[in-house]
Amino acid sequence: MDDVLEMGRSMNKNETAETWKRQSQLGIVAKRIAKNPTALIGFIFLVLLVLMAVFAPYIAPYDYTEQNLMNTRSAPSLENPFGTDELGRDVMSRVIYGSRYSLSIGILSVLLGTSIGMFFGAIAGYFGGTVDNIIMRFIDILQSIPGTLLAITVSVVLGPGYFNSMLALSIGAIPMSVRLLRASILGIRGEEYLEAATSINARTHRIILRHIIPNTFAPILVSGTMMIGHVILSAAMLSFIGLGIQPPMPEWGSMIAGGRNLIRSCPHIVTFPGIFIMIAVLSINLFGDGLRDALDPKLKK
Amino acid sequence: MAELIKATNLKKYFETPRGTLHAVDDISFSIDRGKTMGVVGESGCGKSTLGRTMIHLLESSGGTIHFEGEDVTRVNSGKLRKLRENMQIIFQDPYSSLNPRMTVEQTIMEPLTISGRFNKRDRIQETARIMDMVGIDRRLRLSYPHELDGGRRQRVGIGRALALNPKFIVCDEPVSALDVSIQAQILNLLQDLQSSNELTYMFVTHDLSVVRHISDDICVMYLGHLVETCSSKELFRNPLHPYTKALLSAVPSANIHKQQQRVILEGEITSPINPKPGCRFASRCKFVKEDCHQAQKLVEIAPGHSVSCCRVKEINNL
Repeated sequence: MDDVLEMGRSMNKNETAETWKRQSQLGIVAKRIAKNPTALIGFIFLVLLVLMAVFAPYIAPYDYTEQNLMNTRSAPSLENPFGTDELGRDVMSRVIYGSRYSLSIGILSVLLGTSIGMFFGAIAGYFGGTVDNIIMRFIDILQSIPGTLLAITVSVVLGPGYFNSMLALSIGAIPMSVRLLRASILGIRGEEYLEAATSINARTHRIILRHIIPNTFAPILVSGTMMIGHVILSAAMLSFIGLGIQPPMPEWGSMIAGGRNLIRSCPHIVTFPGIFIMIAVLSINLFGDGLRDALDPKLKK
Repeated sequence: MAELIKATNLKKYFETPRGTLHAVDDISFSIDRGKTMGVVGESGCGKSTLGRTMIHLLESSGGTIHFEGEDVTRVNSGKLRKLRENMQIIFQDPYSSLNPRMTVEQTIMEPLTISGRFNKRDRIQETARIMDMVGIDRRLRLSYPHELDGGRRQRVGIGRALALNPKFIVCDEPVSALDVSIQAQILNLLQDLQSSNELTYMFVTHDLSVVRHISDDICVMYLGHLVETCSSKELFRNPLHPYTKALLSAVPSANIHKQQQRVILEGEITSPINPKPGCRFASRCKFVKEDCHQAQKLVEIAPGHSVSCCRVKEINNL
């Protein structure tokens, strides 16, 4: 209570009760993230990675396909800061270009899978009964197939390629988000504010979008950001068995897969893409954690 | 026409794995415009279910509801939306009845937004007016529910219910989750709002001193049945049903010289699932006889005083 009153006092200095100056939701969230150092670091690194992906052609010293067969497997030097791979391609340029594929495949397939999952999870949790049963049994079937096998199967059916592997990997993200959202909805289903929403004539979609999702999405946000890292690695796996992104497109996972035979003699080929996967996953996780806290009014300090 | 809302033989049954639960069974009453009907009874007697059924938050299983003389028992969704603007509910638990992620302003404004009758500027003004009306400081408009105390939260809930100027409000134990000093504030607020907005209340509670303070008429419920109904004064002066007597004897008195005769009830509440016909209170009533296991009727004993007990005259020497 005290901080509310204090807030009220500080507001009264600048405005009378009649001036209804309001802050946008986004502004409040941005302010809270700025106050949280770990989330801010995550956000900054994420922005840097995205900028790197967008401006790859301007940053990269070489083209990602450019081979220099006179200079293969060379250790990091001034000319090739991350060294070269077995075909004499500049690892740094490939890492920079690779961020385009790795990041977008990770983020987009999780977004797609989670959106689909949330849609069905919300329906299952809110309506319950037969609808719930049908959706959950379907999810059971989906979940009974190992994620890797599922991604491989879908990739085989759809054929290799960037867009198809994204689709294949997004299916793996569906069951978890359906279950998480449904479980949290079951937890708040008896709350009276949902009944209140019905009594003030809120329609179903409004109840789900304005009252249920904001109160249940926190676990999904956290698991979603965790899943991005997992998906980046799965994308690497798909590329490795030739079903994902096709060479010579650089993708962090496939770069690691390609360099693994040389890990003893030329560790730089696998190390640098590995570091970038780690940075990407870590910054997304930190940002996701901070975002969850920033969106929760109760954690406001 | 004085009557605002009338229930006739209203029933609400729930299907459970063990049978049919008779939460509200064959209840008839009416509430006059601008009056307060108190509904009392112990926990689980179906009084909250009755309130929710009256305003169509639950679909009734039988009987009819008339609102302003019109049969509104079965209405299509368009009509229901209109009806709901006139019938609102104030919830018991102010911690669960407010969305934790919506500010005070958003919560009160939502019914205005949904009704679609206001543009954005009017909505903001109207919200400010409602906040003044229910006594929430305007500077709290951007606060979240967890930052407010129980009394203020309940005021927000009242503000949301009153936003669209309803005529009939079900108060579902609106003060039982608050401490006593706040209870009085909220009760006074409800009474002030009743006279300024010409509201009709159905006041559901288990707190007899509260119901005595606020109600014009009282219904006493026991396990889904209406056992006694009359004016508030009459009920406290002259309770006739054995259950009402037991209930009233449990009210503590501030007068230490008054000898209180406490009626201690024995036995367990019978299950509301697949109940037998007859008086539901029979298993705990000391006056029980063979006739009590026949179906009981609500009989008018004195003008405006009805009791559902076949032995009421013998017991009370009438």
